[in-house]
Amino acid sequence: MTSLVIAEHDNKSLKGATGHVVSAAAAIGGDIDLLVIGADCRPVAEEAAELTGVTKVLLADAPALEHATAEDLAALVLGLAKSYSHVLAPATTFGKNFLPRVAALLDVAQISDISAVDGPDTFERPIYAGNAIAKVQSRDTIKIITVRGTAFAQAKPGDKTAPIETVSAPEANKVSHFVGAEIAQLARPELTAARIIVSGGRGMQSGDNFKLLESVADKLGAAVGASRAAVDSGFVPNDYQVGQTGKIVAPDLYIAVGISGAIQHLAGMKDSKVIVAINKDEEAPIFQIADYGLVGDLFQLVPALDAELAKKLTNR
Amino acid sequence: MKVLVAVKRVIDYNVKIRVKADKTGVETANVKMSMNPFDEIAVEEAIRLKEAGKVSEIVAISMGPAQCQETIRTALAMGADRGIHVLTDQVLEPLAVAKLLKAVVAKEAPQLVILGKQAIDDDCNQTGQMLAALLDWPQGTFASKLQLETESAKITREVDGGLETIEVKLPAVMTTDLRLNEPRYASLPNIMKAKKKAIDQTTPETLGVDIAPRLTILQVSEPQKRQGGKKLGSVEELVDKLMHEAQVI
Ligand SMILES: Cc1cc2nc3c(=O)[nH]c(=O)nc-3n(C[C@H](O)[C@H](O)[C@H](O)COP(=O)(O)OP(=O)(O)OC[C@H]3O[C@@H](n4cnc5c(N)ncnc54)[C@H](O)[C@@H]3O)c2cc1C
Ligand SMILES: Nc1ncnc2c1ncn2[C@@H]1O[C@H](COP(=O)(O)O)[C@@H](O)[C@H]1O
Repeated sequence: MTSLVIAEHDNKSLKGATGHVVSAAAAIGGDIDLLVIGADCRPVAEEAAELTGVTKVLLADAPALEHATAEDLAALVLGLAKSYSHVLAPATTFGKNFLPRVAALLDVAQISDISAVDGPDTFERPIYAGNAIAKVQSRDTIKIITVRGTAFAQAKPGDKTAPIETVSAPEANKVSHFVGAEIAQLARPELTAARIIVSGGRGMQSGDNFKLLESVADKLGAAVGASRAAVDSGFVPNDYQVGQTGKIVAPDLYIAVGISGAIQHLAGMKDSKVIVAINKDEEAPIFQIADYGLVGDLFQLVPALDAELAKKLTNR
Repeated sequence: MKVLVAVKRVIDYNVKIRVKADKTGVETANVKMSMNPFDEIAVEEAIRLKEAGKVSEIVAISMGPAQCQETIRTALAMGADRGIHVLTDQVLEPLAVAKLLKAVVAKEAPQLVILGKQAIDDDCNQTGQMLAALLDWPQGTFASKLQLETESAKITREVDGGLETIEVKLPAVMTTDLRLNEPRYASLPNIMKAKKKAIDQTTPETLGVDIAPRLTILQVSEPQKRQGGKKLGSVEELVDKLMHEAQVI
């Protein structure tokens, strides 16, 4: 039994999501090969080779793979998949985009967004925005899986270095190509990697008011997130969205400000260790899952919180 | 140009679902059902393309039990031209749905198939990608903007880091994200008109597609409940709790 894990990276370093997938593969058992696909990305393969649990790193490095399309990623993975029992990728927009193509071309099901491994063919996954957990067993010979990062620990570098083998990529497809990207330059930690998140909703009223949250976030070394309503209203970009159809996060501390707590939002953050809610409506559903709630006007409470943090955290 | 739009009937997004006591699934009896919200966005996008003169016909397709007709009617009332219903009472996994869609694409020959990025019941996020692979067509998933030309399409996609734009040759598959558009409500006259629009019915057998599930659902259970509800009196108290009780800052 050997698993193939497809690494997510930016051609410079591994994304944290990859480490979570390696842990899920380790829970399945057997050897773990890690596939790095990109351009000029040998440093990524070297970083991957250090991860505990990785048996071997496969490197597909070619200029055409700098912004590999789903079509090209799937073709490459398909060529390798048949020698594996399991093929895994993170349940991020990267993994979700190409892995179902691989499953379809192998004529097998994909098991999306697993949150637990109960055996080599049995997995748990949230459905209905996490309001139910399905335990599913696969009858397919190759299991194609995307992994919910928050459900698995992150594999860390160990004391062994796995060998790196190169693999060649099939010719690039002629029907799809990358045109451009607007990738946010983050001054703060990435949402899915942050230990603390401060999130704002429609109650923030404007993008400008998010400065109040940023100030708190900077004192806590936190990332800033948002509800769908805040993104749809144009307060913040789409990559801030936490929820069923946005990012799934589980930080040590999640502070929800001016967010009502719709099912779809809770789906993305209810596994956080500690949840704080600030909302003027004491009936807001967010309070039902919050460990600590503050009822009141956020435009008074957030600046007050900011000042209190400034006082307490510097005096430590 | 013809567009095919896939619309799934799901439990309405506002319903708080309940897991069945015998853990075989979730309660669907007497529960409000609606069109999957991402599929409303798909229908809306097709209608806007038609209004812009870029599309000549919109075919809405749904797969599942008899009641899927209602979902197709909703699409027709919004502005789709005709419907196709693939009737089955079997559980449909995304791979089976993709195979059924492929069989229909072979007959209908659309230049563009639009699906939702994700059905809010199974949360799979697979079907569009699988369909594209089976057809050997390019795909643009999680679309927040579409620029459709006669032979190609530029699609802006919502990705974890921000936005990405790709160009695909037609025919192609696109899946919708939340910010592609805001779906319209069907007006009463359009709901009446939709009753006269045609819905063809077919079956997986007629289409020659094996829809046998590949996964066995062993159990459906409730997630762990959180114990929340504690309210504090001041920010000072909050910061104190976070530092000394929860010890997270
Ligand atoms: C298919 C689908 C997918 C979705 N996916 C997501 C998703 O991934 N993520 C997500 O977040 N949502 C998602 N939603 C939307 C979700 O249903 C809610 O509409 C959304 O989460 C509401 O955002 P909100 O809480 O910011 O806004 P609201 O529900 O409008 O709540 C605003 C809150 O702010 C409070 N408030 C206002 N002013 C103040 C003030 N001055 N001080 C203190 N409190 C104040 C109000 O009391 C209220 O509780 C999805 C919906 C659908 C249909
Ligand atoms: N039974 C169905 N009937 C029509 N469309 C479907 C069906 N199942 C899935 N789809 C389409 O596939 C999309 C993604 O579904 P999923 O891959 O299950 O998350 C949905 O938004 C629909 O557009």
